[in-house]
Amino acid sequence: MPQHFALQNIYSENRLFLSRIVVIFSLIILLLTALVARLIYLQISGHEYYSTQANNNRIKIATLPPTRGIIYDRYGKILAENIPAYSLELTPELTPDIDETLTRLKHLLNLTEERVNQFKHQLPRHRSFDSIPLLMKMDDSTVARFAVVQHEYPGVDIHARLIRHYPYGSIGAHLVGYVGRINKNELKTLSAKDYKGTHTLGKTGIEKTYESELHGLPGHAEIETNAQLRPIKTIKSEAPIAGKDLHLSVDIELQRIASHAFQNHSGAVVAIEIATGDILTMLSHPSFDPNPFSSGISTTAYNALQNSDQNPLFDRALRGQYPPGSTIKPFIGLAGLQFGLTQINTPLFCPGYYQLPNVNHRYRDWKTWGHGLVTLNDAIVQSCDVYFYDLARTLGIDRIHQFLGQFGFGQKTGIDLIGEKSGTLPSRVWKRQHKKLPWYPGETLITGIGQGFMQTTPLQLAVATATLANQGTLVRPHLLKQDTPFNNNSANPTTDLNPAYIRDIINSMINVVHTPKGTAYKLSKNIAFKIAGKTGTAQVFTVKQKEKYDAKKLSSKLLDHALFIAFAPAKSPKIAIAVIVENGGHGGTTAAPIAKKIIIDYLNKNAVL
Amino acid sequence: MINETRPEQFENHSPATRFLNRIHLDSLLLAGLLILSLLSLLILYSTSGQHIDTLLRQTTRIAIAFSAMLFIAQIHPNQIKRYAVSLYLIGIALLLAVLFFGDIGKGAQRWLDLGLFRFQPSEMIKITTPIAIAWYFSEHSIPPRWKEFFVAALLVAIPTLLIAKQPDLGTAILIASSGAAVFFFAGISWRIIFSSGSALVALMPVLWHFMHDYQRARVLTFLNPESDPLGKGYHIIQSKIAIGSGGLYGKGWLASTQAKLDFLPERSTDFIFAVFAEEFGLWGCLCLLFLYLLITLRSLYIAVEAQDTFSRLLAGSLSFTFFVYVFVNIGMVIGILPVVGVPLPLISYGGTSMVTLLIGFGILMSIHTHKSLLPH
Repeated sequence: MPQHFALQNIYSENRLFLSRIVVIFSLIILLLTALVARLIYLQISGHEYYSTQANNNRIKIATLPPTRGIIYDRYGKILAENIPAYSLELTPELTPDIDETLTRLKHLLNLTEERVNQFKHQLPRHRSFDSIPLLMKMDDSTVARFAVVQHEYPGVDIHARLIRHYPYGSIGAHLVGYVGRINKNELKTLSAKDYKGTHTLGKTGIEKTYESELHGLPGHAEIETNAQLRPIKTIKSEAPIAGKDLHLSVDIELQRIASHAFQNHSGAVVAIEIATGDILTMLSHPSFDPNPFSSGISTTAYNALQNSDQNPLFDRALRGQYPPGSTIKPFIGLAGLQFGLTQINTPLFCPGYYQLPNVNHRYRDWKTWGHGLVTLNDAIVQSCDVYFYDLARTLGIDRIHQFLGQFGFGQKTGIDLIGEKSGTLPSRVWKRQHKKLPWYPGETLITGIGQGFMQTTPLQLAVATATLANQGTLVRPHLLKQDTPFNNNSANPTTDLNPAYIRDIINSMINVVHTPKGTAYKLSKNIAFKIAGKTGTAQVFTVKQKEKYDAKKLSSKLLDHALFIAFAPAKSPKIAIAVIVENGGHGGTTAAPIAKKIIIDYLNKNAVL
Repeated sequence: MINETRPEQFENHSPATRFLNRIHLDSLLLAGLLILSLLSLLILYSTSGQHIDTLLRQTTRIAIAFSAMLFIAQIHPNQIKRYAVSLYLIGIALLLAVLFFGDIGKGAQRWLDLGLFRFQPSEMIKITTPIAIAWYFSEHSIPPRWKEFFVAALLVAIPTLLIAKQPDLGTAILIASSGAAVFFFAGISWRIIFSSGSALVALMPVLWHFMHDYQRARVLTFLNPESDPLGKGYHIIQSKIAIGSGGLYGKGWLASTQAKLDFLPERSTDFIFAVFAEEFGLWGCLCLLFLYLLITLRSLYIAVEAQDTFSRLLAGSLSFTFFVYVFVNIGMVIGILPVVGVPLPLISYGGTSMVTLLIGFGILMSIHTHKSLLPH
């Protein structure tokens, strides 16, 4: 230390230093105040905000989707179930570059361009922290291929999900329906809360009709997660409520028999248990496999179904509208009896055609040379058109319309299936409304043989047949099995139909099957019980006045539709059935055998014989 | 000049204090530093997920650092002053060595592998720079004029720029401020302070030009952290959430969710204050700040009490730098300063900065306990 400085110097230096210490001290206090002010701001004023943020950080709400209800057939066979499947899912929030990730995944897993595009379309419909399925069903090799490189795909995970599976495939496809991905329009109407975590919903059939029962309600779990979104523990959870299981009235084995019986034909069959209104079989053929829909059907596959000539997606049983043809005759005959216009034995000469007074047009019988002298019974058994031209004329369209209405023609049956068609039961009013034309007398004649404007669905035809077998009391069809048997007498209005007339008509229908002249006589072989039936042929192609219908000359598309209605056992009917075989030609040949197989199987199973 | 040194003789002090004085330790500073070390263990137990190994390692470091302090405290300030220039030059040489042969860790070249252990010369510079400046001013007339100012400024600028180049912005700031503190305590005139200050502000754009991209990003993120919530702003946002959610009383020891669930990065090191604030709340923070204030004030008192210019300037600088440490770290964690990578003194996990800090306190204690009996 230098020895020479003066005390004065030391004194001033000390003072200077002290003043600087004071400045530094003030600075320190100032800076500390800044820190404290900021801490107060964060921890007092901002406390609520940051607490919320901290909880948002750590607590994630996970939706626990409900398990969809299982659909059983009448005997407890599973028609629709949920099976575990691996799905590949992407969470947008956790995926750094979605487009790039998708491109890499596409190469890795050979995804189709279409699938990737579909996925991109779905993206904006989901929230960024939702896990969105890219592939709904992965096979084992795809799972393995992805699993080894999963670390290269942040935000993409393999999930085990339940997907809908239909063990009987195409057999019950129209009836049971299928589930598919929720689309944009559906998303607007669905309750976002109830469908959180659910990616599919019922699109057709029972799956759609009973969607709200089958779906159930989702549960929630508040899960504490760490920064990597790995769940640490569940804080609170509310279990999902599983969808209700449904037990259908349908017998899937009966349905299978019907399906095989159709072979290459298109058509539909509906069988009803008369006492209960249970639908036993409701088949539209050809059908399709509903399983690809639940895992996301490709557009190519869907278009193939959509554009197929045979139109497999179309539910003919519920929505197909066909002229009933001669199957209407028992009902017209009953109307004639009921209105006192004819007796079961009243004869009429059939020359093979019918003419209205002062009109040249000849309404032809299918038998060119005529049936000769026929009674009402003969006319039903042999399906004489001329007898019914005459009867229809005397009845008039107004009475026909009113009478057939009692059997459910022209109205929806009210079956528990969405999308039912009502068919057409023509009347003067109907024609004025729909055709802007008056009713012509000739139209009454062809209505009498089930042609012209009249159209029914196979379901309607089966219901009408069941109603006839049920002594005229309307049978209300349903697919959901009810625990208590359907009580026809209390649930439905009683009719003023004379039981004796019904017996007459039923006897004639028995004769259709069991007498040699009957149009379905072949059916009577090897059966120990009586079937009451009626064949029908519905024109697809109108034969010109001077021409002759020649099956060989017409392409199969223009061949007549074959129809058959029946119930059995005839004396105490249990099952009523309606069959339509498109372009099947004559009802007795193609449609009736299908009905017979179903009737026999049903009666065997129910130990009626 | 009586060169003989001996402990202060305060008859009314307790035997413990007298014993500490005899081994050249200051009882108040020692108490404060020990409390901080215990707090460090307490919080590290929480941030490490109750990991005993972490605590043992930190305890070892604390022991090493306190031993270093004890050792340094035995050295007379005059000895330190005597070797000021050599120490400074060795520091610069080591810095240059790092520049050419250093290891690269976390993208910055800071380490020198000495075989037995790895060494960060920039830590040594934190001590040698204020020693050198204090020596320089004590050898010249006080207050310093422009000429002394420029020479001293050069002495500060050389290590500062070398360290900023590594790059280690946090340490560069600490070294620059330790140098600046000596200037200030040496009584540099306000005129020089303001004119050099304005020159520095004018140089800012130039500095910006030479900054690394990540340093620029940090400054930009500091200005608007929410602009990049998952990227560069993530640290700040998560640390604000941690602090804010702590509230007045905190969530309680071991109850931090932000840290425990991994939301808060660097929770044991640079961002440990956020965990402290989350668990102990505003009251805890005020207590911690008060403890830091006490230690700073005791250090400043030692500076005031110091007997010669060198000791006084060095003690002042060390005290102030300690406070700057605290301020920069807490300031960045609570979001009022950019993230520059400065640990919270004696609390953050890690040994290097703790050893340096305690060497600084060793010097302070040495200054306080090696007093010559000067005629007053």
